[in-house]
Amino acid sequence: MAFNSSDTAAFKGVWVFCEQREGVIMSTSYQLLSEGRKLANDLGVELCGVVLGKDIKEDYLKALGGYGADKVYYCNHELLDVYTTDAYTKVICDLVEDKKPEIFLIGATNIGRDLGPRCAARLHTGLTADCTHLDVDVEKYKAFLKTTSTIDVDNTKFEDTKNLKMTRPAFGGHLMATIVCPDYRPQMSTVRPGVMQTAPYNEETAAKTVLERVDVKLDASDIHVDLVEIKKSAKKLVDLVGADVVVSVGRGISSDPKRGIEIAEELANVLGGVVGASRAVVDAGLIAADHQVGQTGKTVHAKIYVALGISGAIQHLAGMQDSECIIAVNKNGSAPIFDVATYGITGDLFKVGPMLTEAIAKYKASKA
Amino acid sequence: MKCIVCVKQVPDTSGVVAVKEDGTMDRAAMATITNHDDLAAVEAALRIKDATGCKVVVVSMGPPPAEGMLRELLAMGADEAVLVSAREFGGSDTYATSQILAAAVKKIGVEDDDIIFCGRQAIDGDTAQVGPQIAEKLHLPQVSYAAEIKVEGKTVTVKRLLEDGYMTIKVQTPCLITCVKELNTARYMSVGGIMECYQKPLEIYNYETLKDDPLIDVDTIGLKGSPTNVYKSFSPPVKGAGMMMEGADKATVEKLVSILNDKHII
Amino acid sequence: MDFHLTREQEMLRKLFRDFAQNEVKPLAAMVDEEEMFPETTVKKMAELGMLGIYFPKEYGGAGADVLSYVMAVEELSKVCATTGVIVSAHTSLCCAPIYENGTEEQKAKYLPKLCRGEWLGAFGLTEPGAGTDAQGQQTVAVKNENGDWVLNGSKIFITNAGFADVFIIIAVTGTVLDKRGRKSKEISAFIVERTDPGFSVGKHEKKMGIRGSSTCELIMEDCVIPKDRLLGKQGKGFAIAMKTLDGGRIGIASQALGLAEGAIEETIKYTKERVQFGKRISQFQNTQFQLADMHAKTEAAKWLVYSAAMKKQNHEPYTMDAAMAKLVAAETASDVTRRCVQLFGGYGYTREYPMERMMRDAKITEIYEGTSEVQRMVISANLGVN
Repeated sequence: MAFNSSDTAAFKGVWVFCEQREGVIMSTSYQLLSEGRKLANDLGVELCGVVLGKDIKEDYLKALGGYGADKVYYCNHELLDVYTTDAYTKVICDLVEDKKPEIFLIGATNIGRDLGPRCAARLHTGLTADCTHLDVDVEKYKAFLKTTSTIDVDNTKFEDTKNLKMTRPAFGGHLMATIVCPDYRPQMSTVRPGVMQTAPYNEETAAKTVLERVDVKLDASDIHVDLVEIKKSAKKLVDLVGADVVVSVGRGISSDPKRGIEIAEELANVLGGVVGASRAVVDAGLIAADHQVGQTGKTVHAKIYVALGISGAIQHLAGMQDSECIIAVNKNGSAPIFDVATYGITGDLFKVGPMLTEAIAKYKASKA
Repeated sequence: MKCIVCVKQVPDTSGVVAVKEDGTMDRAAMATITNHDDLAAVEAALRIKDATGCKVVVVSMGPPPAEGMLRELLAMGADEAVLVSAREFGGSDTYATSQILAAAVKKIGVEDDDIIFCGRQAIDGDTAQVGPQIAEKLHLPQVSYAAEIKVEGKTVTVKRLLEDGYMTIKVQTPCLITCVKELNTARYMSVGGIMECYQKPLEIYNYETLKDDPLIDVDTIGLKGSPTNVYKSFSPPVKGAGMMMEGADKATVEKLVSILNDKHII
Repeated sequence: MDFHLTREQEMLRKLFRDFAQNEVKPLAAMVDEEEMFPETTVKKMAELGMLGIYFPKEYGGAGADVLSYVMAVEELSKVCATTGVIVSAHTSLCCAPIYENGTEEQKAKYLPKLCRGEWLGAFGLTEPGAGTDAQGQQTVAVKNENGDWVLNGSKIFITNAGFADVFIIIAVTGTVLDKRGRKSKEISAFIVERTDPGFSVGKHEKKMGIRGSSTCELIMEDCVIPKDRLLGKQGKGFAIAMKTLDGGRIGIASQALGLAEGAIEETIKYTKERVQFGKRISQFQNTQFQLADMHAKTEAAKWLVYSAAMKKQNHEPYTMDAAMAKLVAAETASDVTRRCVQLFGGYGYTREYPMERMMRDAKITEIYEGTSEVQRMVISANLGVN
């Protein structure tokens, strides 16, 4: 029977595309599995991981179960070693058409965002990009809205549906939209890396993971591009997304950028964090682009976010305002950064920064 | 050879963002700009034109005022423009939009040595979906996140960005490439270009123009043809007022550290 | 009467504004501080067709109109008056007289290269002993045995001189009797190239403002130029010079207008940020009223400038309009920039902010291409008051 994406009743189960690079599963996949587990529980269905590669180690496949997967479909093929749109799309779509999952989550990496839309177009279904929150259960969704929106949840009508409610920021975080795909399956979503929490690894479930090898029909004529080379950036990139502590600098350092960045590094060191920056600082060439936090940079969910000399343009706020504790230091007491700050100090970062470093160092020493 | 570039007019979110009472974006109240990534795509095409003399066609789906943006692209050096505009197309999600744009590109005509360009993503939606989906609908190979493009005959070599580096990919025309704004710096319009841009051809493709294409069907375009729709949209809450510390001296930071300690933040 | 820009003019305005903000503004402080002629900017403007805005395409121009040219100088001068005057002198004082008075051969030879920016243009009228008073001219041009012209003399305060390739030079070619039978100098105009033998650029002036513009002396010592370099008819030089200055005044009026507008923009931004006595200074009524007055005055100047430009475009007489536009715009620019420095307070006096530069730049608009006093003479003469 031909595949029909609108026969919604025929689809069952939650899938997560577990992206590997150089044979190693990316951490985003664990985040997605942990989230997928909750959805699968709410629906009472199976959670499956999907891995495409050349010869992925069985340990890696089993480990996916440690983060919640009941089953792992894996495809080993020479032509799946490195990502190409054509090969991956073909294998994924063939598999989806065969097994019919109702939900399919993909990490919103540069590769996930190439693969997702192509698959959705081929399968004739909807895809919601770059999601930051997922729900199937309406009550849970309402509970989510209570803490994250201005909606009067108790006095608002919600359509009672088990459809996947995919929430994502729009217009750089000015608005949030929850998207559904009611009439087609699978309900596809790319999920922003670093947003979902990774559940603790569970050895027991890992041991019980069912591995199912999928044979793929694929040959070189399916692939219409030639991969010439893959190069990693020489410099180690800053892992802002996964950082618990981020100390960011903004335009306030411009009177002495070198010292300003130094102050941030020192503070980040004592807090065990990394240095971020506002767009202005990156655009001025004072720090590399991978340090940029904000709409066009990285989105961070730090436990502690320190903003030194950052005024708080909306684009910057979009990338950091969900951090748990925000400490802002700015000369201008009416800077918008103070509207989102948990603690604010009106003062010169060149003076307050080093004092804060010293006070925290002293505190840590006293605890040690 | 020709380059077809898909562009979108977007609200300028870098300035003040106007929100209506119901929480949706007040697009009418906001200035519009050509989407940054799309502008890089236009520039990429114009550079190929500079080198080969090929034709550059820009195409946009949007309301009639998007003509203004297309005229600007003509003033930069594009040769022809197509505005895809019809009430039937309104409310399209990315899937439906790519159906319509794919039909429009087919109508313009894709020849053996043509390249289709898109921006990676638009700043109003940030989905990055329309480019790859047009490629799928046209059965063309795609390369997204292009940060460098070289064209030699029918071979296009693209440096495609990854989070931690890049891959170099060779692809044959016809193909679709999505560009990131870092690819280049778009040129300005020229004075002469502006004086000519209203003489250059700008065609409107409406529902009538495209309806015979198999991609265009009531079930595949507009609100009805969109697999996804909005369940709820809302504004994030204004965070509860934080605490402004008094002073900016040693005592202040020590007090802060003790609060952080009390709350188990550090 | 229609006070709306055409759709093309709207687009041009956007182009000029974007270009000025992105390419010119970041360099403005350095151009001033280092007395640096912005050569790279001139090349970029050439590529965009900004050096031949209102000349027809067949001569390499962009085919736009005089008002568009005015808007270009205005937008450039909002952020850098030096860049504004480079375009103004090149366009109004060199391209325009060739376009309006040149033979077909002269136009074909000079205009495309000038409009495309391969050559930069300048205009030499002023001498140590003669400014707008043409009868004081000392530079002479004499025909030699081949019929070629031999020029001797010097010009001073010539804008663009250090970087220009083509110069319109006004010189005395003989003596004529006026209507009342009095002897007067016969004055003619010539096209001189930088590479002509006997031609050299002399001392570079150190100026109070527009410090990046190249203002130099021109020296002609037995400078021989071919006979086909006579611009217009022999003896028509004074008329050509005066007509050229009429056009030039529209350019300088645009520069002054841009300066006033730019100063107001900067001041509005600053007064919204700067806090004194617990209030943003934009909240003080003095600031509000000052800016209201300045804006109203500047708008009035703008319409005088635009109206003069439209008259020139439509080939109507515009001598008095250009004089009024320049008089009002220049005095507005001087007044507005001075008041803006005051609103900036101490910071306005420092070079950290552009305001002191704009005030210095504004002063020249009351002086060159006819002082404000000369403009008043032109206006009163046109009113028949004598």
